[in-house]
Amino acid sequence: MENSVLVRDLVKRFGSFTAVDRVSFETQPGEVFGFLGPNGSGKSTTIRILCGLLHPTSGHAEVAGLDVTRSAELIRRRIGYMSQKFSLYNDLTVIENLRFYGGLYDVVGRQLEDRIEWALTMAGLVGRENSLTATLSGGWKQRLALGCAVLHRPPIIFLDEPTSGVDPVSRRRFWELIQELSADGVTVFVTTHYMDEAEYCNRLALIYRGRLVALGTPTELKRGSVNGELLMIEASPLGRALEVVKTVEGVRDAAVFGNALHLVVADGDAAMKAVRAAMDSDGIQVRRLDRIRPSLEDAFVALTSGDREKNGAVAA
Amino acid sequence: MKLNRLIAITRKEIVQIWRDPRSLLIVFLMPAMLMALMGYGISLDQKNVPTCVFDREGSQQSQDLLKQFQASPYFRIAMVSGDYASLVQAINDGKCSLGLVIPNDFAEQLHKGGTVDVQGIVDATDDNTANLIFGYADAMIAGYSADVQLEYFQSRGHTTVNPPVSVQARTWFNEDLDSSNFIVPGVVVIVMAVIGTFLTSLTVAREWERGTMEQLISTPVTPLEVTVGKLIPYFVLGLVDTAFCEAIAVLWFQVPFRGGIAMMVVASALFLAVVLLLGYWISAATKSQLAASQFSLVLTFLPAFLLSGFAFPIDQMPVAVQAITYLTPARYYLSLVKIIFLKGPGLGPLIPQLFALALFATIIGRMALRSFRKTL
Repeated sequence: MENSVLVRDLVKRFGSFTAVDRVSFETQPGEVFGFLGPNGSGKSTTIRILCGLLHPTSGHAEVAGLDVTRSAELIRRRIGYMSQKFSLYNDLTVIENLRFYGGLYDVVGRQLEDRIEWALTMAGLVGRENSLTATLSGGWKQRLALGCAVLHRPPIIFLDEPTSGVDPVSRRRFWELIQELSADGVTVFVTTHYMDEAEYCNRLALIYRGRLVALGTPTELKRGSVNGELLMIEASPLGRALEVVKTVEGVRDAAVFGNALHLVVADGDAAMKAVRAAMDSDGIQVRRLDRIRPSLEDAFVALTSGDREKNGAVAA
Repeated sequence: MKLNRLIAITRKEIVQIWRDPRSLLIVFLMPAMLMALMGYGISLDQKNVPTCVFDREGSQQSQDLLKQFQASPYFRIAMVSGDYASLVQAINDGKCSLGLVIPNDFAEQLHKGGTVDVQGIVDATDDNTANLIFGYADAMIAGYSADVQLEYFQSRGHTTVNPPVSVQARTWFNEDLDSSNFIVPGVVVIVMAVIGTFLTSLTVAREWERGTMEQLISTPVTPLEVTVGKLIPYFVLGLVDTAFCEAIAVLWFQVPFRGGIAMMVVASALFLAVVLLLGYWISAATKSQLAASQFSLVLTFLPAFLLSGFAFPIDQMPVAVQAITYLTPARYYLSLVKIIFLKGPGLGPLIPQLFALALFATIIGRMALRSFRKTL
C-alpha cells in the first residue's frame, strides 16, 4: 500500500540497551496513528528506523510497501518527516526554508509556488515570508516545519513529538491540521507523550520500555485495559491513603493521579463502602470518593503496571 | 544528481555564509593578517646587523676597514667600545650580534705585507643567522684585502692586477636574492591551505550540532548533491581569496609575477579542491565544530609550514621525512606557485605537480563522500 506502515518484530539495540523490543503493528491508510509513551520509551527510535535514519538490529519494517533497510531512498521520496527537535534553518527566512525544502523534494515552478502559498496560509505565516525563522514563536515554527515536510504531498508523514514545547492554543491548531491532512488521505504517524493529544488519534499504540503494550482505538484501550471498575478518591494525607487502600479487599490496583488516587476494583459499590471504612478507621480525611470512567492515563497505568512493579517503580 | 537539489543546497549555503559575517571575516581579514605577519615576520635576509667595534689601533687603515662596514647595508656600527670587556658585554646583552676587534699592529703588518688577523665574534644563538653574518663579514674583509693587495702591487709598479680565478655568478629567477620573493608565495600557499580547510571544516559539523542535519538527511537528497552543493560557494570564495592573497604578494610585497594567470587559476583550483574536500571530510567525520576546526588547523598548518619545503628545503630532510612530504598536498602547490611566480610560462615542469594535486582531490573527495552518511 502506498500509504501504509507495516512493522514486524522490530528490534533496535544500542549496545546492551534495547530501545525497541520486538514491536509489531500496521497502520491503516489515511488514519492518524499515535505512538504514545513516556520519554525514552523507544518512540523516536522507531520513527527514525521507519524514515531510514537508523538501521534496525532485526525484524522487518515496510513503509509505503518498501523495505526500510533496502529501499530507504525510495521511501524518503514518499514520506514527510518532522524531527523532535526543531530542525529548520534559523538563519534562513520563512520563504527561504520553504524554497530549500521544495528544491530538495524536487517540487518546482508553478507547483512549488502553489504549495508555498498553501504552506504559508496553513501556518498562518502570510505576510511574514521574509522574517528570519529564528524570530518566530514555537507554534509558528512547528507549523512551518510541517509545511516544509509536506511540500511534496507525501502519502505518509512522520511527526516526532510535534507539539512539545508549544502553547496549548497552537497545539490544538496543530492537531486540526493533522486531522485535515488525514481527511485528504494522508497517513499520519505521530508520537506524543501527552495523554490528551492521544485522544485525537484514530488508533493508538502504547509503548513502554521499548515494548508495545497495547494497540487499539482510544475507546477500546480505555475500556479494555481496566480490569473492573474505576474509583477516584481525594484524601489526605495521600501517601498514607495509598498504603491503606492497597490493603482493602477487592482493590486490584491503586495509583496516584495528580492530587487523587485511582483504584481499580472488582465491584464498585462494595469497594466504595470498604474503602471509606478503612479510611475512617485510619483517621484519613476523605474529601471525595466517586466512580469514574477510565481515561487513557488509567489505561496506560493499568497496562504498564506489571512492568512497573517488576522494576520497583512508583506509579505517578 | 538532480540540478534542483544541487541549486537548493548551494543557494542555502550562500545565504548562510552571507548572513554570518564571521565567515567573511575569515575569508578576507585572516589572509591579510597572515600575509602581513608572515610576509614581514619571516625574513631570511640579514640587514643592518648591529656591530660593536673595538679598534685597538685607531689608524687610518683600521678606520678605512670600519668605514666599509659602516657603508654596507648589511652592517650598522651600533657601538664603538674602548675595551674588550665592554665589547663582550654588548654581545652578552644582545645589543650587538657581531663584535670586531682590530689588533694594534694592523697598519704596521699591512705595510710590511704580512698577514693580519681581525677577530670577529658572532652571536650564534641562532646558527642560521650567525652563518649569514659570518659570511657577510668574511666577504667584506676579503674585499678589503683585495684592495690592499692591489695598492701594494700598484705601488711596486704593476699597472693592473687581476685575481687568478673569479666566479661570475648570475642569480636566476630571484635576481636580487630578495628572500621575500621566495617567502611570500610560500605564505600564499600556507594561508590557502589553512583557510580552505577551515572554511569547510565547519559546514557539516554545524548542521549536526544545530540538528538541521536530521531533517536534511530525511529528504531524497544524495551525499554527492550535498557535498558538491555545499562546496561550490566555498570554492568560489576560495578562488577570490587566492586572487586576493596573490594581489597582496604582487602589489604590496612587490613579488614578480612572471607566469600565466590561467595556469595559476588551474593550479589554485586543484589545490582548493584538495583543501576544501579535506575540510569537508573532517567535518563529516567528526560531526563537531570544535574538533573539526582543531583537526583542520593541525592537519594543514603544520604540514604546509614544515613539510612543504617552505621552512626547510625538502632535499635536505632525512629520507623518511622526505617520504612524508609526498603526502603533503601543499608541497605540490608550493612548487607550482613558486614556478609560476618566479620562473614564468611553460607548462612542462608543472604537469607532475598538477597531476599529484588531481590525485589528492580524487582520493580525499572519495573519503569525504564516504564519511557523509544519511543515517544518524
